[in-house]
Amino acid sequence: MSAPALLVPSAPMVRRRKLLAEWNWSGKLGLAVLAILVLVALFAPWLQAHDLGEMSAAGVFQPMSTEHWLGTDYLGRDMLTRLIAGAPYTLGVAFAATVLACGFGALLGLLASVSGGWLDAALSRTLDTLVSIPSKLLALVIIAGFGSSTTLLVATAAVVYTPGCYRIIRSLGVNINAMDYVVVARARGEKRSYIMRREILPNIWGPLLADMGLRFVYALRLLASLSFLGLGVQPPMADWGSLVRENLGALPMGGVSVVAPALAIAVLTIAVNLVIDNLPSARIDGEKG
Amino acid sequence: MNRTILRLIASRIAVGLLSLLAVSIVVFAITSVLPGDAAQEKLGQDATPEALAALRKEMGLDRSAPERYVQWLGGIVRGDPGISPVTGGSVGEMISSRLPASLLLAALTAAFSVPIALALGILCALWRGSKFDRVVSMTSVAVVSVPEFLVATLAVLVFAVHLKWLPALSYTSDTSSFVDLVRSLAMPVVSLGSVIVAQMLRMTRAALIDQLGAPYIEMVRLKGASPARAVLAHALPNAVGPIANAIALSLSYLLGGVIIIEVIFNYPGIAKLMVDAVTQRDMPLVQACAMIFCVAYLVLVTVADVSGIVANPRLRHQ
Repeated sequence: MSAPALLVPSAPMVRRRKLLAEWNWSGKLGLAVLAILVLVALFAPWLQAHDLGEMSAAGVFQPMSTEHWLGTDYLGRDMLTRLIAGAPYTLGVAFAATVLACGFGALLGLLASVSGGWLDAALSRTLDTLVSIPSKLLALVIIAGFGSSTTLLVATAAVVYTPGCYRIIRSLGVNINAMDYVVVARARGEKRSYIMRREILPNIWGPLLADMGLRFVYALRLLASLSFLGLGVQPPMADWGSLVRENLGALPMGGVSVVAPALAIAVLTIAVNLVIDNLPSARIDGEKG
Repeated sequence: MNRTILRLIASRIAVGLLSLLAVSIVVFAITSVLPGDAAQEKLGQDATPEALAALRKEMGLDRSAPERYVQWLGGIVRGDPGISPVTGGSVGEMISSRLPASLLLAALTAAFSVPIALALGILCALWRGSKFDRVVSMTSVAVVSVPEFLVATLAVLVFAVHLKWLPALSYTSDTSSFVDLVRSLAMPVVSLGSVIVAQMLRMTRAALIDQLGAPYIEMVRLKGASPARAVLAHALPNAVGPIANAIALSLSYLLGGVIIIEVIFNYPGIAKLMVDAVTQRDMPLVQACAMIFCVAYLVLVTVADVSGIVANPRLRHQ
């Protein structure tokens, strides 16, 4: 992704009205699936046919049936209910972490690109250090130090993904910072915060949104993996990663209770990937090879 | 090898060592300094100040953080990372008993994945846009974008449950006979390999396609060379650097993958050891395992960069 290509203005005012017309079919498919999953997460408490803790008379690891659409889990609870109840945690924690990581990363990136000098160097070196630790390992180390809680998970994923966003925003910002209109604004005596907010930020919204989508997928993967390791969302709460872990016993028989949450994660990550790969504003750089 | 190349390599290795030092500070800070007083946590809120002071002295917490860091780093470098407060055993011994199993898993996976990934990546670049390319590329995108445990779960479903080629989740400690050893290693290697192959073939394909867009390839094609000749005789030698880079970078994904794979298959390696240590909050063990992973990661990333430098023809003729 070459930086100058991303700077092509996307004429937001004209296009906003026919927003969906800009999307190709795989992008629309991704959007539709994502929208359904977000609705499920938002309305999860009202969508459950069974009581969350209710243990079915049918027994544990039941296959699909009309009573239990996705079978039952390792304690005989309705799997579909568990899956729906897990949606807010799966999507919510990853979303919160993404917003934090990108907000923080973008802020620091803008600050570094506008300030330059020692501030830029200090920020870049510090965040580069975090990048030299593999993401899963950094998350494990943080959880070892502080124990696991939902708040900490959000913070952990935010820390892990801030440097990536910072790098992208900084490199875009440095290019824009050298443009004539920024030089003019500076000569007018505008403050640093004004240049960050009014001169640079409006020009990097497109790449910033695409990057948020990417970080969201990463955060989803990381959090699902942590839950799978038993270090993520803690019982009695359960996200989809914990559901896979809990029902691993059904795996040798190919039980639906372990396949369903695993597929749910796959569907979610692939939907988000389809959306970001086909973002109209980010498609300018053409084929990625 | 000329001086420019040697200087670049030396500076790249120096950067790697500096990063490692910085990483060790981060690891130590997160696990030992930032969480607060470990002695207080161990004894609870209503501990007497005397007991607290005694335990702090025993745990070495009465000294300043930089002092403790230097002592800890010295221990790690000497290969003596201390005593585990949970098991009471030597951390060094726990690690050295588990490390060979992980290295075996990683080496086997690499030995299988590298040739498969290279072959698939080159074929995809050769037949770009064909049905083969589209199927392989789509599959690899799907594999790369979902978490590793999902790939492992699906691999078990396909190879163990449906095809019944391999045993499912049974890691047998009975590895006396060769057949048992192969059977117990097969599923972990296949699952871990799937992730690595997907990553590596995508990077190989991208590196080759990048070369195929260059003007000299158009020239070769205009001269009448076949597509296969253009790829194998002209593009491939120029893509060796990027591909070596891709291999080393993809192998660094082994480190993330191995954490999941060892847990899912209950494989007695160092990643499983670390996850258990995190669950029990066994700090010296977590720190030592984390440093081993960071060293491996930085070595691979450095090798990736160095191979890029060595293979760059523009640097060779200066």
